[in-house]
Amino acid sequence: MTVTAPLPAGRRRTDARTLLAYLILTVGVILTLFPFAWMLLTSLKSFQELFNLAFLPADPTLDNYRQVLTETRFLQWFGNSLLVATVTTLSVLFFDSLVGYTLAKFDFPGKSLIFILILSTLMIPTEMLVIPWFVGVSDLGLTRSVPGAYFSIMFPGLISAFGVFLMRQFFESLPDDLLEAARIDGMHEFGIFWRVALPLVRPALASLAIFTFLGNWNAFLWPLIVIQQPQFRTLPVGTALFNGEAGTQWGLIMAASSLAVIPVLLVFAFFQRQIIEGIVLTGMKG
Amino acid sequence: MATTSKLRGGRTAARSPSRTGSLRRHQIRTAYTFLLVPLLFFLVVRFIPTLMSLRLSLFDWNILREQQPFVGLENYRTLLEDGRFGQALRNTALYTLIGVPVQVALGLGIALLLGRVRALRGLYRALYFAPYVTPIVAAAWVWQWVFSPQFGPVNTFLTWLHLPAQPFLTSPGQALPTTAALVVWQNLGFQVVLFLAGLAAIPRVYYEAAEIDGASGGQAFRKITLPLLNPTIVFSVVTGTIAYLQLFTQVVNLNFTDQGGPLGSTMTVALYIYQLAFGRYQMGYASAVTVVLFLIILLITLLQLRFLTRRYDA
Repeated sequence: MTVTAPLPAGRRRTDARTLLAYLILTVGVILTLFPFAWMLLTSLKSFQELFNLAFLPADPTLDNYRQVLTETRFLQWFGNSLLVATVTTLSVLFFDSLVGYTLAKFDFPGKSLIFILILSTLMIPTEMLVIPWFVGVSDLGLTRSVPGAYFSIMFPGLISAFGVFLMRQFFESLPDDLLEAARIDGMHEFGIFWRVALPLVRPALASLAIFTFLGNWNAFLWPLIVIQQPQFRTLPVGTALFNGEAGTQWGLIMAASSLAVIPVLLVFAFFQRQIIEGIVLTGMKG
Repeated sequence: MATTSKLRGGRTAARSPSRTGSLRRHQIRTAYTFLLVPLLFFLVVRFIPTLMSLRLSLFDWNILREQQPFVGLENYRTLLEDGRFGQALRNTALYTLIGVPVQVALGLGIALLLGRVRALRGLYRALYFAPYVTPIVAAAWVWQWVFSPQFGPVNTFLTWLHLPAQPFLTSPGQALPTTAALVVWQNLGFQVVLFLAGLAAIPRVYYEAAEIDGASGGQAFRKITLPLLNPTIVFSVVTGTIAYLQLFTQVVNLNFTDQGGPLGSTMTVALYIYQLAFGRYQMGYASAVTVVLFLIILLITLLQLRFLTRRYDA
């Protein structure tokens, strides 16, 4: 396969190689989307049709969806996931931009040491942390109350080191004069951050929002460990344990999975442009 | 104004010479006020638990018991002879060695192809990103079904091509590569976007200059694209390796009843830790495994940063 560098803009050449590129990309997209399509189509098949190998359901039915929504705790788990993912995302957006801003725009002793310490936490495997977290949460008896249970699920994700890195990169590119001008106008330091700096880094906030939301929507290891009662399960944990509760009912699982994709797809569709702009502009380049 | 007061802090100070020591003290105070809560968070939720893990690994710690006897390095000695740990370690290495190069190559390849096409570019990009936003648990369920030996569409397709049906996830030999394929499939969209961003940052003039000098496409790729893409590749390899070394969710959910696949063939270190700590409540021993995993991640990350990062004159 000969892959060449992108052609300069404005140059039109629909040669054989461009056609080949389209061909390969299309085959790739079909392979990529096949499991997706299979999931959606299976969720529309009736129980009798389930093990029929036809791609399209002969007699499409929404029965699986009805059952998932009415006969399982799906809606409860969905709500739990939504709550957990939303709260952690808001917290990460606030604290990570505050820390990123401070590390980029203030001069104080210990600045680089603090940055390096925060970044180094990226190398600590989650597995190493969950055991002490579990021991701590058990000792404090947190999961016995409603706020305690939700707090237990959320607390590890409230601030993210990756986000601090991302936001710092963004704030570094902000001109100092702008902040200085606000300072001369007598604006409070927090006001400068909140009303001057923050609105200027919207693309970064959007991409941080989607990655954080996605990460917490998908979080599995810690919620699996910490949640004791079925009503506090998040969607991934609930669906994973479907097996035991519903028997292996493929139709139900596929319907539940299809529904679980919706919020993330919506967030992605909404922020697509900013996400990519965010990645382009951040230091993910290195 | 006390212009004689000692000024530090580079640019800001240089531009506003009237800035006094009290202003700087104000800056320092503000900075630490802003950082107070986050620093406490990192201390309590990241650093203290890490130290606790180190400590736990020296005890025969079981949360269900009253007594937690100190055993020194006994847990680490046991690890050396633990066959299941050895298998989990080999599997994890295999996942990383398959997954990282494949996802980097595919991600870069697709990004380059996307660079060649104009029409439908945004659509293709969005479609490749779709698996990345699919919940991992859902994807694992679909994967089980798609690769099912009896009623999976992949085997139907193979039969259709007159190829023998494959056991995939049910065979000790094929389960690991099939699982790795799931992870690559899920990560691909992010890799594509990452490389698109990296490619977009390379100034077009370099390619124009190369073309004027009569360089072939292959030469331009080796001499311009690859070197200037080096930071993106390093980022992708380092973060990808860290993620593969902690592989858990996909492996568990491909086979929830028989965790770790047939004969432990898909078992990873992370899954082994989970089973030890929360299946058998051997938290001291599990902590020893986490310490080893941490050291491996640390060592590999440092080596990768040392050997992959090269400086080029841009």
